Amino acid sequence: MNDTMPAAPTWPDEIFRILRDFEVAQMAYVPDAGHARLIERAVTANEVRAVPLTTEEEGIALLAGAWLGGERGALLMQSSGVGNCINMLSLAKTCRFPLLMLVTMRGQWGESNPWQVPMGQITEDVLKLAGVLTFPVDSVDDVEETVLAAARMAYEGPAATAVLLSQRLIGAKSFGK
Amino acid sequence: MNTERAKDYPLRRREVVAALLRDRDEMLVVTGLGASSWDAAAAGDHPLTFPLWGAMGGTVSMALGLALAQPERRVLVITGDGDALMGANGLASVTVQNPANLSIVVLDNERYGETGMQPTHTAGTTDLAAMAAAVGFQTTGTVRDQGEFDAVLPAILRAPGPMLHAIKVRAEDLPLTLPPRDGAHLKDRFRAALLGPEAG
Repeated sequence: MNDTMPAAPTWPDEIFRILRDFEVAQMAYVPDAGHARLIERAVTANEVRAVPLTTEEEGIALLAGAWLGGERGALLMQSSGVGNCINMLSLAKTCRFPLLMLVTMRGQWGESNPWQVPMGQITEDVLKLAGVLTFPVDSVDDVEETVLAAARMAYEGPAATAVLLSQRLIGAKSFGK
Repeated sequence: MNTERAKDYPLRRREVVAALLRDRDEMLVVTGLGASSWDAAAAGDHPLTFPLWGAMGGTVSMALGLALAQPERRVLVITGDGDALMGANGLASVTVQNPANLSIVVLDNERYGETGMQPTHTAGTTDLAAMAAAVGFQTTGTVRDQGEFDAVLPAILRAPGPMLHAIKVRAEDLPLTLPPRDGAHLKDRFRAALLGPEAG
């Protein structure tokens, strides 16, 4: 079987447009294959600052600082990175900072790397325990309205939110078989 | 680990922080969990100081987001060696963005002050200024006495950054002077002071 990634998905472009509509100025990320297109948009856009991180928890603090300074941000990561964020999420929760996390799921649907499964299977539960509102999305048709809903609740709440972009939506990574 | 030497360092953290904040004007300040936040409170509570009571390891990253959002304002981090070590990889992310307005001061007493003064790695051979230089900071320094501090203070407050200075301060237990602890209040008053009352 070949790589199941669909050719040129357009949902990352829809997400980028929504983030721009909400005047998101800082897009922080730890790379994931599922976010490659959205990261590319962030890096090449003049009106957005792309902030590569070494670990996802930096992004929780970074975007809190951005909000202190009057800028909105979004944080892109894969589901394994959620585990790195847990204590830092106390910053968003205690201070009621707006937070929009866009999480591409691994270890969930057709995963061929068993090491991804433990974190992928608890990602949503862990976020809920940490006080983050979760928005799972399984279908390409639902991406736009889900990101819109999460962004509204993040910035107009303020609230900590996470959109979980399903592995079914992104396509499971193939390891050559 | 050398757990004796820091007891004799001449610089005192409260005096260092008071000097850093004396003529703060419109400077934006983020202080790290624990003694650094108490030091800033002892120098005078201020709406444009955001004192962290938790989120250990996040001080530098938070200040980076603030510095990028407010490029015309000086952003000063005052934190401890424990917080700086926990968030050390965030220093690498600072250099990717290279914000000229960001200045980081680490009050390095070689101790975890809030948990019983246990030694940090800087009580061994770990050198925070060298770590910052290794991830790409152009301006770094280790400050060991009053003469060195007086010489570098104008640069810490005004020279183009990003920069990191590790200031070796005496390991000492000091009376607690606490800033407000309601995080939502701290956030709202900072934004109101910086962006106007409607920002809140």
